[in-house]
Order: sequence, then C-alpha cells, then structure tokens
Amino acid sequence: MIYVKDLYKNFGKTPVLSGINQHFKKGEVTVIIGPSGSGKSTLLRCLNLLEAPTSGSIIFDGQNITDKKADINKIRQRMGMVFQQFNLFPHNNVINNIMLAPVHVKRMPQQDIYKRGLELLSRVGLSSKEKDYPASLSGGQKQRIAIARALAMDPEVMLFDEPTSALDPEMVGEVLDVIKNLIKEGMTMVIVTHEMGFAREVGDRILFMDRGTILEEGTPEEVFSNPKHQRTIEFLSKVL
Amino acid sequence: MLDFSSLDRYIPKFLEGLKVTIGLSIATVILATVLGFIIYFMKASKSGIGKFRPISAFAVVFIELMRGTPLLLQILLVFSGGKMLLGIDISAFQSAVIAITLNASAFIAEIVRAGIEAVDKGQMEAARSLGMSRSLAMRLVIMPQAIKNILPAIGNEFVNIIKASSMASVIGVGELTLAAKIVQGATYLALEPLIISAVFYLILTFSLGRLMSWIERRFKSSDIR
Repeated sequence: MIYVKDLYKNFGKTPVLSGINQHFKKGEVTVIIGPSGSGKSTLLRCLNLLEAPTSGSIIFDGQNITDKKADINKIRQRMGMVFQQFNLFPHNNVINNIMLAPVHVKRMPQQDIYKRGLELLSRVGLSSKEKDYPASLSGGQKQRIAIARALAMDPEVMLFDEPTSALDPEMVGEVLDVIKNLIKEGMTMVIVTHEMGFAREVGDRILFMDRGTILEEGTPEEVFSNPKHQRTIEFLSKVL
Repeated sequence: MLDFSSLDRYIPKFLEGLKVTIGLSIATVILATVLGFIIYFMKASKSGIGKFRPISAFAVVFIELMRGTPLLLQILLVFSGGKMLLGIDISAFQSAVIAITLNASAFIAEIVRAGIEAVDKGQMEAARSLGMSRSLAMRLVIMPQAIKNILPAIGNEFVNIIKASSMASVIGVGELTLAAKIVQGATYLALEPLIISAVFYLILTFSLGRLMSWIERRFKSSDIR
C-alpha cells in the first residue's frame, strides 16, 4: 500500500533519516520502536508529507506522492493521523471537531456526517460528550476524540504518532483499546510508540530504528525475543 | 484659577471637532484593519523566485518605514506630497485618513502576525492531516483561534488611532485638538479648552475600551478553555 524508497531527510545539516526502504502492506499493523531522536516520528510524518523528504520517494496506492504534481490534500484525506498532543480544535465542540473536515473537505451532507459522527463517538465510548469542548475532557478522552476525528474521513491507513505518550498512565489503556478494536476491523496502521507490551501484542511487524535507519525488522517474536543487533538488545534491556 | 464659565458658547465648536475626530477615527480604524490584514498576508506570502520573495519583501520594507518614522512627519508628507508629487488634490481630512491608516496598518499587521503565530503549530498540522488546504485550515482552524489573541492588542491600537488623530490638527483638520486651539485663540484661555478636549478624548477612548472588552468576553464565552 505504501512504498518508501531511499528516503532521506535532513533538518538543516543534521541527517534525521538516512536511506529508509519499506513496504507497508494493506491490512498490516507496523509498529516502529526505538530510542528518542532515532527518526521514528519523522519517518511517520514523511508518510503523509507533514515533513517533506529531502530525497527519495513515497508511493501510496501506486501514486508517487512526493511528486510535485500530486494533490497532497486529496492523498491526506485517505491517511488518518493521530498526534501525541491530540491537537483537537479547541474552538469547536466534540461533534464539530469530528465533522469539520468531512463537511468542508469532502463536502458530505451535514445529516450523513452527523450520523456518522455519533456512530464514531459511540465506537470510542464517548457518546455523551457530543456537545463538550475539548478543554473539559481528560487526555484519554481527547485522544479518543482525535481518533474518531481521523476516522470520520474514512481513511485507508491510520498513522499514530506516539498516541499515548502525553497521557497519564491510567488513561493509556482506554486509548490502546480503541486502537485494538480498529485493528480487529482490519485497518492498516503504522504506529510509533514507546508501549512495548502493546507493540508486541498488536504488531504484525516491528521496525527498530536507530540514528535514522531501520536497524532491525521482523515479527514481534523475532525482534523482542531474538534481537540480533547489539543496539536493539541494549534498547530492549532498558525499556522492557 | 481655571475658569470654564465663559466657554459655554464654544461647546458647539468642540462638538464639531468631536464629530470630525470620531469620523476620522472610524474611517482609519476600518481601513487600517483591512490594510493591516492585507500587509500581514503579503508579509507571510511565500511566492517568489528562489529565495527572493518580492511581495513579502515589500511588506517588510513598508512595515519598517511606517514604524520607523514619526506619524506627524508622515501626515505632513502625505498632505504636501499628494499635491506636489502626484498632482492630485486631496483634502486635509483625506490626507490624515491616508497617513494614519498607513501608519496603523503596519502595527496591525504585526499584531495579526503575533496572534497567528501564537496558535499552536499542531493545529495547522492536524487540519492539514485531515486533507484541508492551507487556506481552508487558516480560515476554519487558525483564524478563529488567532482572533482571540489579536483582539486585546488591536483594541489598544484602536485607542492609539483615536489619540493619533489629534496630529491631524497640524494640517488644519478641524478635529478636537484644533477646536481647542481655536477656542484658546478666541478666549485667551490657555488651559481650559485643552482640558475640555482631553475630557472628550477620554470619553472616546474609555468607551472604546469598554466596547473592546465586551467583544473579547463574547469571543471567550464561545469556548471554555
């Protein structure tokens, strides 16, 4: 579904990604782990061009999205993204957060998207919060709304950028449960996370990144139980 | 001591001045706000060849010129320059409106910039990740939040505009300050006419201040942070 070819990204003179080659398959859950500063989030943000790659290409559904002629707004509608800091729109209530893009970008009829919004709210377990403003929600609730907001565009792939890193520990579970339910429905996902237990449980494939490259990849079993690379062993011994 | 008793019959003169001050201020506030936003968007414009962005460069130079030279001088320049350089006949009132508008718009452009930059970067990213174009995200997500940052500072600028309009007296616009000077001349009273104008200015700026904080409250009540 998404091919990444020879992806390089520099911030100024500092290389952040150095030659990434990957294929994210349809229906597959890929979890990216690694120490901070290893380029995990940058790689994820390159997938929907929130970061412009310095060189290399990203092919989404047969289309080279790094091409200048590609309509990035159209492509982003097909890729949902969930951020560490939620980034809900504070001036809109919950239902309007969910409806804003479908109404103005997809130009769906208000009635349909409102029904869909309520449906998504019940899916993330927040039916009663329809009229609330983000400021009155807990972190876990905000993140679940953010997931519902992304799903409202009916994306084909979901990108999660450390979705639980800004949460109080007792709220991590509720967000991970929502993500797990999505996986059951067969959603294609790329997840950057520090939750190793979760990575092991839901990942079809684990990528271990260090200093801008993918050092090791494989099934959770392979990466967590039999890490081959010295850096992976060191990292896992620190976090497990 | 101060003697206001003989000023009764000059009240119409002051009111006439007050009317001109209000007219000058309202025209300037509206035009400067519109122009201020335009200057901001010009400054933020990314169009250009390579590193050179002519639209943005023009706005930067404009802002520096307007903020770096005295308003009094700008008023005199527009008043005399309009006739001498461009050959168009503009009245003193029009000159004052043009000069104060140009000057205030530079400050408003910077107020708008600060208000927009204060909106969290994640807001634009979230909007773009949902497929919104930059301009749609600006309109639906950034601006509604930026307005709340902009309002208090722009209210100050409006008060400044009212006070700055007094400088139009030097080119003979019959506003409050000139009215005071005329009454001074007619009555040989040095202080009293000035004090009366000052009171009128205070009434104007105070009311505007109340109005702006009422508007701010209205905007805040729409989202509880």
